[in-house]
Amino acid sequence: MLNIISKRYDTRNLKSGALLLLVLLTGMTLVSSVTAAPIETFKFESVDTEKTFHKLSEELRCLVCQNQNIAESNADLAKDLRLEIYNMLIDGKTEDEIVDFMVQRYGDYVLYRPPFKPLTWLLWFGPVIIFILGMIFVVRHMRSQDTDGEDEALSDEEIERIKNLHAEQE
Amino acid sequence: MKNKQQTFLKRFMPLIVFVVLVALLAVGLTLNPRLVPSPLIGKPAPAFELPLLLREGSFSSKELLGHVTLVSVWASWCFACRQEHETVKYLSQKGVRIIGLNYKDDADDAKNWLAKLGNPYQAIAADRDGRVAIDWGVYGAPETFLVDKEGIIRHKVIGPLSDEKNYQALMSVYESLEK
Repeated sequence: MLNIISKRYDTRNLKSGALLLLVLLTGMTLVSSVTAAPIETFKFESVDTEKTFHKLSEELRCLVCQNQNIAESNADLAKDLRLEIYNMLIDGKTEDEIVDFMVQRYGDYVLYRPPFKPLTWLLWFGPVIIFILGMIFVVRHMRSQDTDGEDEALSDEEIERIKNLHAEQE
Repeated sequence: MKNKQQTFLKRFMPLIVFVVLVALLAVGLTLNPRLVPSPLIGKPAPAFELPLLLREGSFSSKELLGHVTLVSVWASWCFACRQEHETVKYLSQKGVRIIGLNYKDDADDAKNWLAKLGNPYQAIAADRDGRVAIDWGVYGAPETFLVDKEGIIRHKVIGPLSDEKNYQALMSVYESLEK
């Protein structure tokens, strides 16, 4: 398969293709960082609080625009929640307290990182389980192919025939 | 015989996996991602005290105690609120106690809206900045909460009550509380 590719395409083409891809991807990261610009400015007394603010508003999901976080969304509610987070931080609330505040009102749904509890075990372990099942399947498949080979081992008769054929050739 | 069964399974395994996947995806497609279950159901209604929209004075969440009440979150700028308004009026005429929570609205706009379309609410609390609505986990109007006599939230409808499914679900809980 690899042979076919390298025969058909000049390696120089591949290189320029990779370069083009790199340029495109870099461009995309630039675009996404532009759209994520903050809408209003908050004043913080310490850099740490500001960092916590940005971390929180990026980890919490906006309920109106469900595929955006609170930091990125232009929805009215997201704006209100940013203000709410800001006020709580100014009041000296910890990160955990603010996350609890959100979960109490909107449920685990607001968390982009789901909590680890019985209800979400399948979510967390699912990929590992599927991987293990896949491995079991692959191993069994390979083994069954091995035994297929053994089943088709030559019988004594056949070995005798081969020997005879060899003898005839010589 | 056993071998035959095995090869049968082997042959149809991809098909079976495919069918199961399609079934799962089909169910997933019919779910509404906008319906986020409220963690407040079964919990006491969050306390608040807000000015009334139409009269002097204020409405306190303590006034929810002692009656089965619908708390209806609405706004004049909300299109679906207009859609459900006839249903809300109908429920009010049937004797259901309905308290309005006017969500992030301009007072004059809200008053005009009521004058035009009718006022089915026993009282309307004006939540100008939406701060109380955040405590109630509101993320868009209309939303309707069913609060029992002890002040516990029993049910929440997201979206217009005029929707048949929403209405039936609400009324079945309501009737069980009235008994």
